[in-house]
Amino acid sequence: MRRRRYDVVVIGAGTAGLVAGTRLAEAGADVCVVAKGVGSTHLAPATIDLLGYAPDRVAAPMPAIAALAASRPDHPYALIGQTAIAEAAEWFVATAARGALPGYDYIGSLERNLLLPTAVGALKPSALVPETFAAGDSRQLGRLAVVGSAVLRDFHASLCAENLRGAGIDATAIALELELDRADTNTLGLARRFDDPEWRAAFSARLAPLIGSADHVALPATLGLNDPHAVLTDLEARLGRRVFEVATLPPSVPGMRLYEILRQALLAAGGRLVLGAGVVAHQRDGERVASVQTATAGSNTTYEARAFVLAAGGFHSGAITLDSHWRAHEQLLDLPLRGVPEGRQFVASYFDEQPLARAGVAVDAELRASGTANVFVAGASLPGSVSWREASGEGIALASGYRAAQVAAAELGAEVSA
Amino acid sequence: MSELIEVELLRGSLDHCVKCTICETACPVSNASPLFPGPKYAGPQSERYRVAGEPSVDASVDYCSGCGICSQVCPQGVKIAEINAQARNELKTEKGIPLRDRIITRPTWLGRAGTPVAPLANWTLRSKPLRILGEKLLGVHRDAPAPRFAGRRFSRWARGHASPAGRQRIVYFHGCGTEYYEPWEGERVVAVLEHNGFEVVVPKQDCCGLPLQSSGLFDEARSVVRRLAHALGSQLTDEHTLIVGNATSCTLMLKREAREILSLEADAELARVAGRTYDICELLLELHQRGELRTDFRPLPERVAYHAPCQQQGHWIGKPALELLALIPELDVHELNARCCGIAGTYGLKAEKYGIAMAVGRALFDQVGASGAPTVACDSETCRWQITHGTRLPSVHPIDYLYRAYGLGDT
Repeated sequence: MRRRRYDVVVIGAGTAGLVAGTRLAEAGADVCVVAKGVGSTHLAPATIDLLGYAPDRVAAPMPAIAALAASRPDHPYALIGQTAIAEAAEWFVATAARGALPGYDYIGSLERNLLLPTAVGALKPSALVPETFAAGDSRQLGRLAVVGSAVLRDFHASLCAENLRGAGIDATAIALELELDRADTNTLGLARRFDDPEWRAAFSARLAPLIGSADHVALPATLGLNDPHAVLTDLEARLGRRVFEVATLPPSVPGMRLYEILRQALLAAGGRLVLGAGVVAHQRDGERVASVQTATAGSNTTYEARAFVLAAGGFHSGAITLDSHWRAHEQLLDLPLRGVPEGRQFVASYFDEQPLARAGVAVDAELRASGTANVFVAGASLPGSVSWREASGEGIALASGYRAAQVAAAELGAEVSA
Repeated sequence: MSELIEVELLRGSLDHCVKCTICETACPVSNASPLFPGPKYAGPQSERYRVAGEPSVDASVDYCSGCGICSQVCPQGVKIAEINAQARNELKTEKGIPLRDRIITRPTWLGRAGTPVAPLANWTLRSKPLRILGEKLLGVHRDAPAPRFAGRRFSRWARGHASPAGRQRIVYFHGCGTEYYEPWEGERVVAVLEHNGFEVVVPKQDCCGLPLQSSGLFDEARSVVRRLAHALGSQLTDEHTLIVGNATSCTLMLKREAREILSLEADAELARVAGRTYDICELLLELHQRGELRTDFRPLPERVAYHAPCQQQGHWIGKPALELLALIPELDVHELNARCCGIAGTYGLKAEKYGIAMAVGRALFDQVGASGAPTVACDSETCRWQITHGTRLPSVHPIDYLYRAYGLGDT
């Protein structure tokens, strides 16, 4: 009953899964990405942070990655290697540049982090950022106006500006009156307004007299979904200032754009995407995973493949769980884990590193899951990093997705195009 | 499992909600209208305040169209659309079901009444004064897309059609759209299946109950879907026989929605039918991957835009129609990105929801226009009627292209 067959099945539709799927399809493999739902893109700022803290703030990510890899050979970056990291970044920038959203390029470099204001007015190091974020680099800010509105409860301009002033930036807050006929306005609702040129014109007309002497204008990351390049260009022309986005709470509008760029890259390369298809069982043939079964209406569907990429996430997505008996378990393919401490170990301080934080699916130097011949692991399923402290999550997702595709393609005998 | 336990299990899935808002980004209705606050708000959040025997907390759940996209995109497995369907049922039970909803949710009654008098019925459905009257008296929007009675029934054709013995039996579930409005789609499905060596049987059958279910008439829906499951299930005489349908909403009802939303998981006959039911494109793609689909396609040098309807997406099988259309030489296929055409079965017919349905469909209609395609392929009939209503372009089932590329229309 219900059986599909592909060269490779990628499990997970976050950044790591979509990158791996796209790269494999570009290499000529017959690829299907299956996922329980939409992945992490919609929840993250969509900046590609390679390495922000190690543990001090990182100015130049690539040299810092080299040092990190030398000191922590179990870190994902040590396994992926600098060559693949650099190639992945270059590929990503090129893919975004010719992608679904014309003009909406990713910019930055691996040699120098940008320092971008967050919604609470901290400064976050990021390597590659959407063009709508770029003008926020704190080293080039003069006088900054941070714009918010009471209708958008997830962004507080005064909090952002106050903390930025504490960091030495000349920032003031502007509270703009907006009428939105929704009970539950969020960033997405505002982004759809910005897509409308007339609304944008009215918005600019209302904002312009309030900006004063500021030379930069910060807005919550809501500058449209369909054509953010046009929205940015239009606002900068109307306001006569540099304009940039500040990442907000979910739903992440730039994350939705990133998903669309990667999704369309996957489809354009000939890959398939099946959403709703959570993996519920699998079959093994010795060291090989022969097939997985996904939840399909009516009865499960069996997906046979020669290789699998596991990019389903870690504890946050539920792909790895910990039960009340302190048993950690990889839920999809029953793979052995690494980095789970013995006994019940938690540290009391919320912002300290938890002993469990580095747990993940055990892999060899080629990201192959331990005990398997044909399962490659990417993204937050990997052990060895504490991505939220390192500001490395998207970088690891991108680079490991890229690298997992490379080794899986080699395994299949397909040729990976440069 | 008792019905109460089933409802509680469904509700229990809301504890997996982490408030990530991914469902809100995908909801076609809340992105087009402020009247529906969104699946997270109306679903997992409001559900905590719904107590059995107490008044419904939020009437806005009636504006959920039941498209099911929220459940599909949820990375945590929360049964958002299903929770909302049950809440809507409670609301309707409390407030009373309008006469309109008792009528438009009965495609069999309408089909049987309209077919013998098709010219008159079609004239009535297209007469502005009568439609205005219908809106005033019943609340069916005057401009809502109305299908055209074919004046003949597919089942009559099927009774006179002898399917040659083949390698495998297929029980064809044609649904009401094929039966009363588009009998030619059924004839094409049968021809394509027979071309690939299947023997097709067409048992006497009736509605799947989806319109009743989506308007909150659960008891009626249960009896209707059970009757259908029996009609189809009694044909599953050997372990290889499959049920195949071309209406993705109706096959989804059989596969999953009736069992989950109507709390019929314990119904063994329905479970057996669900496990054996295939969408036509799902089956043909599987056949192709096994190397068994005939690919004697002639070129079709034309352009087509393809829209995967929400309820097709709810099968969680991807877009098999796209992979099939890609097999046809010279056919230029444009995949449409917009999520929903707005109609959601009977949702967009209702006077108070027609405007929302058209607003939801706007992005799709615009994309169709931009594609430059003269025709839109789509797996669900009510969506096809809405697309034609919104674009003035013909819309057909993707199987039509296979039928033509096989040269089956020539004889």
